[in-house]
Amino acid sequence: MSRLLKELRSVKESLKLLMSHKMGMAGIVVFGILGIICIFAPYLRTIDPMETGVIENILQPPSAQFWFGTDHLARDVWSQTIYGARIALLVGFVAAFFTVGIGTLVGLVAGYFGGIVEDVLMSITDFFLMLPYLPLMIVLTAVLGPSIWNIIFVVSIVYWPYTARVIRSQVLSLKQRAFVESSRSVGASDSLLIFGEIMPNVVPLMFAEAVLMVTSAIYSEAVLAFLGLGDPTTISWGMMLNFAFQTGYIGRAPWWVIPPVVCICATIIAFTFLGTAVSDIMKPGYREARGL
Amino acid sequence: MALKGFAGFAIRKVSRAVITIFIMICVNFVLFRMVPGDPVRMLFKDPRVPAEIILAMYERFGLTGSLWEQFGAYLRQLFVYGDLGYSFSRSVPVVELIAGRIPQTLLMVGTAILIAAVVGTILGAIAGWKTGTRFDSIIVSLSLGMYAVPTFVLGIILLLFFALYLGIFPLGGMTAIAAGLTGWAYWKDVLWHLVLPATSVLIWYVGAYVIVTRNSMQDVLDQDYITSARAKGVKESTILRRHALRNAILPVVTITGIHVAWAIAGVIQAETVFGWPGVGRLMYSSVMARDYPVLQGLFLLFGVVLVLANLVVDLIYGYIDPRIKVGGGE
Repeated sequence: MSRLLKELRSVKESLKLLMSHKMGMAGIVVFGILGIICIFAPYLRTIDPMETGVIENILQPPSAQFWFGTDHLARDVWSQTIYGARIALLVGFVAAFFTVGIGTLVGLVAGYFGGIVEDVLMSITDFFLMLPYLPLMIVLTAVLGPSIWNIIFVVSIVYWPYTARVIRSQVLSLKQRAFVESSRSVGASDSLLIFGEIMPNVVPLMFAEAVLMVTSAIYSEAVLAFLGLGDPTTISWGMMLNFAFQTGYIGRAPWWVIPPVVCICATIIAFTFLGTAVSDIMKPGYREARGL
Repeated sequence: MALKGFAGFAIRKVSRAVITIFIMICVNFVLFRMVPGDPVRMLFKDPRVPAEIILAMYERFGLTGSLWEQFGAYLRQLFVYGDLGYSFSRSVPVVELIAGRIPQTLLMVGTAILIAAVVGTILGAIAGWKTGTRFDSIIVSLSLGMYAVPTFVLGIILLLFFALYLGIFPLGGMTAIAAGLTGWAYWKDVLWHLVLPATSVLIWYVGAYVIVTRNSMQDVLDQDYITSARAKGVKESTILRRHALRNAILPVVTITGIHVAWAIAGVIQAETVFGWPGVGRLMYSSVMARDYPVLQGLFLLFGVVLVLANLVVDLIYGYIDPRIKVGGGE
């Protein structure tokens, strides 16, 4: 119990630290707004974003009925924009979870055991790092078929090696520390050492990686969707741009184009800033320099 | 370690690159077989197509025999004849199709990287030199923002503002085909079409160069030889030019190679938005047409380019870095 309290206190402290960083604060604000939008999406005067309307309502500019106008199938752009936030965050967080999970596991095992295990795992990691990431995602999504879960799978496949590398190098230095040696000398098992001793020390790093991976996943979904590989059963910001682009209305219906452009930019920039802030406050000496 | 010094280092790196490319070729083969359904049946949905033609199509796309036989045939075709198969949607050899698109892409991405390297290095060096000032913080936030925004979104913003709203640049393509221009007028027209797609790629690159140069500048400025130059009373501008910049530029050279994967991603997006007739646009149209042989060919092309770029960077680094030359370590 006291341990939990201690953890909570350190989380609170980190959050305070993050909010003292200008970029971190900006990131948290945008993230908070997005979170609220996602949770309350059905109550924000939205209708089913996939619901097509009558012919008279095709490509209508913004009005009291359609706040952001309508698209080529008379669907409500406002609702699409709001529900697009759900897709972005869903892909971002689920993909980041898998990416960081796989990457951490590989990094921990490779770094801890060393030798042939490390050689094999790191060769695989390096091979994946050598693949051109966007063409790989495009080909995989095209082959597997475009769906939200395939996009999440493809994003995880492409990005886990980055986390694996970062975690491994951290584990290599942790392994030498006295606390690991002393646990080993009293006969702790490998799994206890990995998950009980080493892993708690890479949690801050995992968090920093997760922020990066959320950004990468949201970026990837937007690009794939824009290239026509979005899940046809939902609508995301990238898909809105794809439809506007493919139908040739991109120049004639700014109300259809501006919302997804603004949302993609704001979301990705906010998470990038958050990532910068997290890596800044994790640098040794940051606290001291700020007198905290 | 059998071989020491740079030769051994180079041989290890080259053999690693060759193995990587070979595995990529295998992955390419496997990916293609993962396509759900029958690609030939997808092309010929009409049941009245005679059986002989269907059979001939299987042969043409290398889909006869067991998987191992197919794999053997695929390797033989690739290595002996340099053949990547036929495009589903255009009925021309994939190699021919891709080769025809490479010059346009090189023109676009080459222009973008060149301009970005100059602008980004200068801005990054100044930001690193004046760390902590207002100029520095503005440049860094702007660069981070530019670095983050996807190229296709940037492209759409440029398209909307400069081509549609202001009307000063063309909407897309590489030339005004109808005008039938030749000579100087033709190249001027190409350049005019080049501005927006190249800008959408280079803005990302400027951000990348700024961030790397700034960090490397900060590192260099902490070195002893800068402090001692200052102590000797050397003018600040001379220190910047003679000592700092020259050393700070080294890591900048390597990011050009390391960021090839990002350049590929940028090219695909920018060419799609602006209809620039390069390999990126070809990838988009092949995705739309589900033209798997072309997609596979492009995937292989991008993979090989990436491996070679990294190999070159590794070799340059190994050649420059005295620790590798002497010790033979990695």
